[in-house]
Amino acid sequence: MNNLLIWPVILPLITALIFVLLRNHIRVQRLLSVIVLAVVAGITIIIMNQISNDGIQTLQLGGWQAPFGIGLVADMFSILLVLTTSIVAFCCVMFSFKTIGKERENHYYYSLFLLLITGVNGSFLTGDLFNLYVFFEVLLLASYVLISLGGKKKQLRETMKYVIINILSSAFFLIGIAYMYSSTGTLNLAHISVRIAEAGQDGFMTTVAILFLLVFGIKAGLFLFYWLPGSYSVPPTPVSALFAALLTKVGIYAIIRMFTLIFYHEPQITHLMIGILAALTMLLGGIGAVGYWDINKILTYNVIIGAGFILAGLAAFTDAGTLGSIYYLIHDMIVKALIFLIGGVIVYLTGTTNLKEMSGLIRNHPALGWMFFIAALSLIGIPPLSGFIGKIFITRGAFEAEFYWLGAIGLLSSLMILYSVMKIFMNAFWGETIISEEDEKGTTRGVMLPIAVLTALTVLLGIGPEMINSYIEIAVEALMDPSIYIDAVFAGNDIP
Amino acid sequence: MEGLMAIVIGILFTIGTYLILTNQMLRIILGLSLISHAINLMIIIMGGLKSGGPPLLSERNHDFTDAIPQALILTAIVINFAVTAFLLVLSYRTYKKHGTDDFNNLRGNEHE
Repeated sequence: MNNLLIWPVILPLITALIFVLLRNHIRVQRLLSVIVLAVVAGITIIIMNQISNDGIQTLQLGGWQAPFGIGLVADMFSILLVLTTSIVAFCCVMFSFKTIGKERENHYYYSLFLLLITGVNGSFLTGDLFNLYVFFEVLLLASYVLISLGGKKKQLRETMKYVIINILSSAFFLIGIAYMYSSTGTLNLAHISVRIAEAGQDGFMTTVAILFLLVFGIKAGLFLFYWLPGSYSVPPTPVSALFAALLTKVGIYAIIRMFTLIFYHEPQITHLMIGILAALTMLLGGIGAVGYWDINKILTYNVIIGAGFILAGLAAFTDAGTLGSIYYLIHDMIVKALIFLIGGVIVYLTGTTNLKEMSGLIRNHPALGWMFFIAALSLIGIPPLSGFIGKIFITRGAFEAEFYWLGAIGLLSSLMILYSVMKIFMNAFWGETIISEEDEKGTTRGVMLPIAVLTALTVLLGIGPEMINSYIEIAVEALMDPSIYIDAVFAGNDIP
Repeated sequence: MEGLMAIVIGILFTIGTYLILTNQMLRIILGLSLISHAINLMIIIMGGLKSGGPPLLSERNHDFTDAIPQALILTAIVINFAVTAFLLVLSYRTYKKHGTDDFNNLRGNEHE
């Protein structure tokens, strides 16, 4: 029992509710939201050290022991993601101060922002299947409003599609929960894992597993991503950066959790299927990223490639593959937020999203240009940056599991990423400067700090992976051996 | 009784799917609602329709209905209610802004 676990969920929630009352005090809202995210990051670091010393931490709410109560479970994997979420959200909220505009700030922007963080942190920490559904709905409802806030024609149109597809996938999620409850008689993730291990994963359970793969695949942008490019490119920059960094990652987290803790008995069916979907996702996302000349579209297709690549590591289902997936997941959250923020600044400066209409920004904005270059290299996986270590482990995992085609497609997708981001770099930053500083539609003042923080982070993670390596190895150990998670949840009690 | 309910759920799903596949905004929303109701019914059937006393320790009943599916659909209904309300408002705004409720006209174009 560790009461600290509830704070990353409840602190943003309470603050978001207070913000509704403080509608006209924008300065207070800005200050408080930054403080809350910093406090959550601090608490997360404390929990991280507790986990590395004493093993997985749990909190059975109301004192009802598992499997009867609803519990929060923090293993190293989920707590690393909560920490990354806090850092990314911190940078996005700082970016919002200058760019989001009075209108949105007056319409509960910060409140919705923190509700989204509540949902994301809750999804990472919960140990109960139905509770996962509830936290998904919390973050989805916040995201529906954040996308449509502003009410432009384009936004409303894309929000309609986004909401409809997500309601449908939530409906399938409920069907999966119903099947799961009827066949195992429990909703506690650890308990489900025990029951399925006892009874064996038969054909019916594998079908349910594929249903869950479908549900989380829609949210993660795994193969069923056709809604994603439209809806991620319409909201303002900090919101789309937050979505790119967090929302698809929640789906990926859920897939990794379900297919390492519960459905790990039939990898030749389920994990092979994840591998095929991941390969198709990388190829289709790569074609999209290469084909478009619209900077927002190129970046959103890069989100899709990232989702495919992380799940390629899960499909391999070896120690190296899982290690690579966790490294790459953390790297992807940071670098996707970074590259979306820079892309937003480019659009902000030039007033267009078409790459053919911009050129030579590096003369007036050298810092921005080189930071984009670092982000691009990191995205591709060039050695001293954070993308490299994840990429090498995922590729090694895929080859070890004899999924040669998957490893090859993963490397091919790196080339596609290389082409797509270099296209942005060469068209937007190189060439003749066609837009003088006076003609620019916006300024970079006040937005460079969050971008610099994220750039420093990706460099730091690349140079010193030993800093977090011991933590990530603990995470891999717990993911590859479900009994560690189960023992922590039941804490020595009898398993009914 | 469970068999009959399974058929009812199937019919609701069929109608919902049919409505979602049409072009009109309001029909799609109704289709989504029908599917959500079908799922709520399904969850409650999953717990079994066994009749018996309330699941309380003091009652000392050996035959009682499983209470968890009821708690689950209570939550699911509330969430579904909120989401449908949001979707209705959103579709009204979209209709006002675009002047159409036909999804074929909401594809968007290259220049905007």
